[in-house]
Order: sequence, then C-alpha cells, then structure tokens
Amino acid sequence: MKNNIVVELKDVCFSYTNISVLESINITIKEKDFLSIIGPNGGGKTTILKIILGLLEPNKGMVYVFNASAKKARKHIGYLPQHISFDFDFPISVQEVVLMGRLGKRGIGRKFTETDVSVCMQVLEKVGMQKYKNSELGKLSGGQRQRVFIARALSTEPRLLLLDEPVSSVDTQWQQAFYELLHDLNKEITIVLVTHDISVVSTYIDKIACLNKKLYYHGSKKEGMHKISEMYECPVQLITHTPTHDPSGESDK
Amino acid sequence: MIELLHYEFMRNAFFAAVLVGIACGIVGAFVVIKKIVFISGGITHAAFGGIGLGYLLNINPVLTAIPFSLFSAIAIGILSKKTKISEDSAIGIIWSVGMALGILFISLSPGYAPDLFGYLFGSILTVPTSDIIMMLVLDIIIIVTVLLLYKELHALSFDEEFSMIVGVPTKTLYLILLCLVALSIIVLIRVVGIILVIALLTIPATIAKQFTSNLKNLVALSTLTAVVSSIIGLWLSYIFDLPSGATIVLLLAFVFIISTGIRKFMIPKV
Repeated sequence: MKNNIVVELKDVCFSYTNISVLESINITIKEKDFLSIIGPNGGGKTTILKIILGLLEPNKGMVYVFNASAKKARKHIGYLPQHISFDFDFPISVQEVVLMGRLGKRGIGRKFTETDVSVCMQVLEKVGMQKYKNSELGKLSGGQRQRVFIARALSTEPRLLLLDEPVSSVDTQWQQAFYELLHDLNKEITIVLVTHDISVVSTYIDKIACLNKKLYYHGSKKEGMHKISEMYECPVQLITHTPTHDPSGESDK
Repeated sequence: MIELLHYEFMRNAFFAAVLVGIACGIVGAFVVIKKIVFISGGITHAAFGGIGLGYLLNINPVLTAIPFSLFSAIAIGILSKKTKISEDSAIGIIWSVGMALGILFISLSPGYAPDLFGYLFGSILTVPTSDIIMMLVLDIIIIVTVLLLYKELHALSFDEEFSMIVGVPTKTLYLILLCLVALSIIVLIRVVGIILVIALLTIPATIAKQFTSNLKNLVALSTLTAVVSSIIGLWLSYIFDLPSGATIVLLLAFVFIISTGIRKFMIPKV
C-alpha cells in the first residue's frame, strides 16, 4: 500500500481541443504536504486541480487520489474554485452556502443535522465570518465572499484541500491570518494551493511546483527558492509582475 | 364572487386557478433562480406536439402532452449537456420541432380541431373536472419532489460544479428539475395556454424575488402571488368577458410594475 501518497499524477497530458495545456506531468503529493503550485496565467494550474477533482479527464496518463480514481476520492477533497459566478441577488445566506459542503454527508430527502450546523459555525469562526452567518451572500464584499467559500471548502471536513488563488481578493491583514489558519490545518490535512503570487511561497509553504505546461520543478521550498532564482528566465519570473486579477476576466486554463 | 362558485364550471375554474398558482409559484422560483426561463419556453412550445397527438389519436390532448413535454425536457437537457450543441440552439431545435409535429398531427387528424385555441391561449372557464383531478395529481408530484430535493435543488441552482464535487448527482437532478418544469407546464396549459405559460413561470417569482432573499420565502411568496393573481384574473375575465390567460398575465404584469416601484421607493427586503 502506498499509504502516505495522496495524489499521484503519472504522465498526464491535457488539451482543450487543440491547445495543449499540460504536457506529461508527473507529480506525487504526500500526506500533510503543503504544496504551492506556481506558474503564469494559462500555465495549467487550474486545469491540474480540475484533473485531481475528476472534473476533467486527462487525454493521457493516470490519476490516483487516495489510491483511487479521482471521481471516487472527490468526497475527501475540499475545493475553493478561482471564480464563482452568481447573481448578487441570488437568494442564499452565508450559512446556506457553507452548508453546501455538508450535502454529500446527507442523502436526498434528509435534513441537515445539528452536527452539520455546528461544523459550519466552527469553520465560519475559523475564517472570522461567524457574525455574518445570516447575511445574504450577495451583500458581502469580494473578500468576505472568498472567506465564506473557504469556509465552504472546509465544511466538507476534507483530507485534501485544493485552493485556487485563495488570496486574490482578500486584504493583506486577513491574508496573514489565513496562512496561519492553513498552517494550523496542515497538521491534519494535505494542502495544495495554486497561486501566481510568489511572495507567499517563501513564508508558509514547504513544497513548491512550478508549472507552465510542463512541470519545471517540484520539491522542497529550500532548493526551490534557489531554482526559482536560477529559473528567473523561466516563466516564474513573469508571474511576479502579473496583476492579481486577470484583466481579460478569463479563468486560467 | 362567492355566489359564482355555485356554478360547476366556476368552481372548476377557481380550483384550476389555485392549482395553477401552486405549480407555477413553486417551479417558477427555481426557473427564475436557475435561469432556465427560455428552456422552459422551449419545453412549453414543444408540448404543442403532444396536444396535436391527442387530437390525432382522439384522446384528451393534455394527457398526450405529458409524455411529450417530459420527453422534450429530457431531450433539451441531454442535448445541451452531453453534446457540443449550445443550450440555446438545443432550445431552438426542440421548440420548433415540437410545434411542427403538433401542426402536422392536427392537420392529419380528421375533421375540424375544436377548442385548439383553448390550448394555445388558455380557457380557464372550460376546464373539466377530469383535468382538475389531473392537475391536482401533478401539483402533488411537484410539491413532494421539491420537498424531497429542496436543499439539492437550491445548491444546484447556486453552484453546479461544487454540488457535483460534494456528491450531488447534478446531471440527474438537472433533468429532474426540467421534468418538474414540464409537469408544471401541463398544469398551466389549460388555463393560460401554451403561448402564455412562460409568463406564469416567470412573473410571480420575479415579483417575489424583489422582496426576499430567502429561497423558502421566495417559493411561498411567489406561490401566493400566483394564486391570488390567478383568482383575481379569473374573476376579472369573467366579469368583463375577457380571455382568462391574457387577463391573468396582464394582471401579473401590472402587479410586477407596481411592486417594482414599491420595492424601489419604499420597503426594504425581508
């Protein structure tokens, strides 16, 4: 048994119609890793998360998550997407959003239990949003909404947390608290964080992977920082100066 | 108005108005938040094929419209999700093919097609008791399904991808939602007619959505709006001898304008 391997991608290739996005990716993510996938826009970061979630099927290669197929392992994954588009007047409260994370634990026709509600309150407290539990989601600021979606990912009580640009719209003060929260969570669960912001890498993360179609580096942060400076000619340098928001509004491919 | 209920046709019309209000209030809330208004329009028009088939086979057209609209609901759902055809193209195809079949069936059926206009434009005063019973059964199916799947339907409408990740069978659920739309259309056809069904699936929920940001309240409020408007519309159409479907729709449009004004200038959301 490969006990402590959480995610294993073997020679994974992926393309959207004719545009190749990932080329023979091999990566192994171990239990309690705190891995950051960095790379430029369009480098395949979001795609790799969607492959791990089984939302996309690779054209080639094998994907194992918790020694099973990606689709089967989904229930152990907490996911924060990069963009969630919804109408600001959609009738849903913060607590209802977070409860979505509990849907898989309650079958069709079953009501949410007290446990579900208390788990939601705990995760809302973790992201500092408990006092907004009855607020309408559309009335919150972008950063507050992102914190609610982080709480939703946590409410699934995941063994693996996939975060796609989690700090793109939260303020710096909360960013600090957020990384401390992740550090705390990392004692129990594996975390994969996708970012194009290289500044966070040095402080909180123990492993990094540089991705731009191909996997340029995967390993410990210490060596990685050397490599990054060496690779400043590689796409990594590009990302340090890209704006936080993709002006075209398109999601990463 | 009460003494009018002594007449059987008026009692039936009253029950029809209530049953219509319930179906379109509940399903309309999901149609509006999930933004499937035009899919619903497509299913409605495709149901005309079923009406035509009823004429051809010489059975109650509302009965033949049930499998027809369910089938077109599933066809639109599958065409748009499983193939590369875009959703609005799928709507266009199903919409027109259904209508074409209806026209063909009617032209093939012997003789003259009586009360065809009733199915196209609605005729609440001629709803027979057998149709009332069928509408009641469909309403019960709708209510029970929504009660059972409420939290999943809410989640599906908000964020399909996340719902799928946490294990909700989103594709099946989406088809179920479209089937609920199809059933509510059957309930509505007799009263407002194919052409005007979409108004009842849209306007009451849109009015209600202005006053609440809670889905349960939205469903309750849109049902209430639809039931009250249908009854008042029925009464107005009887008194002034107007077509019932058009009267109900125009009344709803009037309420929509007034409520938008009230919402904008007077009361906050609850």
